[in-house]
Amino acid sequence: MPILEQWPALLKGAALTVGLTAAATFIGTLLAVSCAWSRVYGPLLFRWVAGAYVEAIRNTPFIIQLFFLFFGLPAAGVKLSPLTASVIAMVVNLGAYAAEIIRAGIEATPRGQIEAAQSLAMNHAQIFLRVILPPALKKVWPALVSQVTIVMLGSAVCGQISTEELSFATNLIQSRNFRAFEAYIIGTAMYLVLAIALRHFLTWFGRRFLFGR
Amino acid sequence: MSLAAEQTTANAPLATPHTNVGAPIVRITALRKSYGSNEVLKGIDLDVKRGEVIAIIGKSGSGKSTLLRCINGLEVFQEGSLTVDSKPLIHESAMAMRELRLRVGMIFQSFNLFPHLSVGRNVMLAPQLVKKKETQANTERARQLLDRVGLAEKFDAMPDQLSGGQQQRVAIARALAMDPAVLLCDEITSALDPELVGEVLRVVESLANEGMTLLMVTHEMNFARKVADRVIFMHQGRVHEAGSPEELFGNPQTAELKQFLSSLH
Repeated sequence: MPILEQWPALLKGAALTVGLTAAATFIGTLLAVSCAWSRVYGPLLFRWVAGAYVEAIRNTPFIIQLFFLFFGLPAAGVKLSPLTASVIAMVVNLGAYAAEIIRAGIEATPRGQIEAAQSLAMNHAQIFLRVILPPALKKVWPALVSQVTIVMLGSAVCGQISTEELSFATNLIQSRNFRAFEAYIIGTAMYLVLAIALRHFLTWFGRRFLFGR
Repeated sequence: MSLAAEQTTANAPLATPHTNVGAPIVRITALRKSYGSNEVLKGIDLDVKRGEVIAIIGKSGSGKSTLLRCINGLEVFQEGSLTVDSKPLIHESAMAMRELRLRVGMIFQSFNLFPHLSVGRNVMLAPQLVKKKETQANTERARQLLDRVGLAEKFDAMPDQLSGGQQQRVAIARALAMDPAVLLCDEITSALDPELVGEVLRVVESLANEGMTLLMVTHEMNFARKVADRVIFMHQGRVHEAGSPEELFGNPQTAELKQFLSSLH
């Protein structure tokens, strides 16, 4: 089958999609936690900055954010490679959505647990990282995993600025051999497998490393 | 269970409180606290001696829980002063709050265990983070304290696998792990099923007998009568009447206390 003969290109594309997603998830979640902290516990300026960022990103299309970074910023003297622009766009996008998800979890922390930690002489950072955050992440983990999945699938758009991820590879193959039907079936199947694998991995990861059973 | 708790008390003796001998361990002077225009504490003076057991009673809304929560800084007060072991309570200073809270443990009505941590980790978290206690010593102490409250076998259990009474006893062990000089108990049996109250009170009584300084807001009048050295009746934000349990329960002086005591029956 002519499509499967192109497996090195497909595999490379899939690997890049996974890499982009891994980087975006790791950095984006850190960004989201900082923003969520800022919006709930931060000083006024932090609250305002985090709020403006979250609103700006959640109310504009991903593709515009990506194009702005890649095509818009060079006019301001900042020239990014396709890969760098893609990673930043995904980090910034996930960061904003995940910030709101994590904020919901943080705000659901019973007041009494914070008071118990305070009365044990724990400081603000210790209370946030060891008492508030783990149960908050546990509560919102399914929503967060689903947001990460959306961002991974959304990374298909990054092919538009010639980042050679899975959708770029699929497009390239069908444009060479005109087997659009087969190419997109296989591309679709690969995204499906990646998305399901990602969900299972993150579910396991959360339980194993972040918040226990 | 209670038998186990009593037998193992000797294995987990309380740390010697690091107090200035002679000085009152808690000294509250002219303390006033308002929520907006609503004044809930209208000038409280109270000295607590080391090793003293104080029961605070009164109607809901009389300010008794608020007073207790002022002592470890969970509530901010507007006027007056408060010292624990000669350390003043200064809300603006993180260092001063830490010093104060290292000396004051608190147990809550709703237990407030950390739900994501096992029983053992609940007890060990604060000593690990705040006192930088070495893991082996920390684990050993946590096991002793859990043994003391009769829950040695629950070290690896999660809080949601325990009954209310068991959770509250873990909360006591967690507070004791920081070796506090004073323990505040805020209606610690009010959320418990009646048959679970006894197991918690027995632990508190053993602490009292060992010389722990206790301030407890309680509705368990029989327990207050039995354990307390001094009973404080609060009414409308003031210490309305105070004295030994015999005096207060046997011969109440004010109409408000008489009415409060009769309303309990």
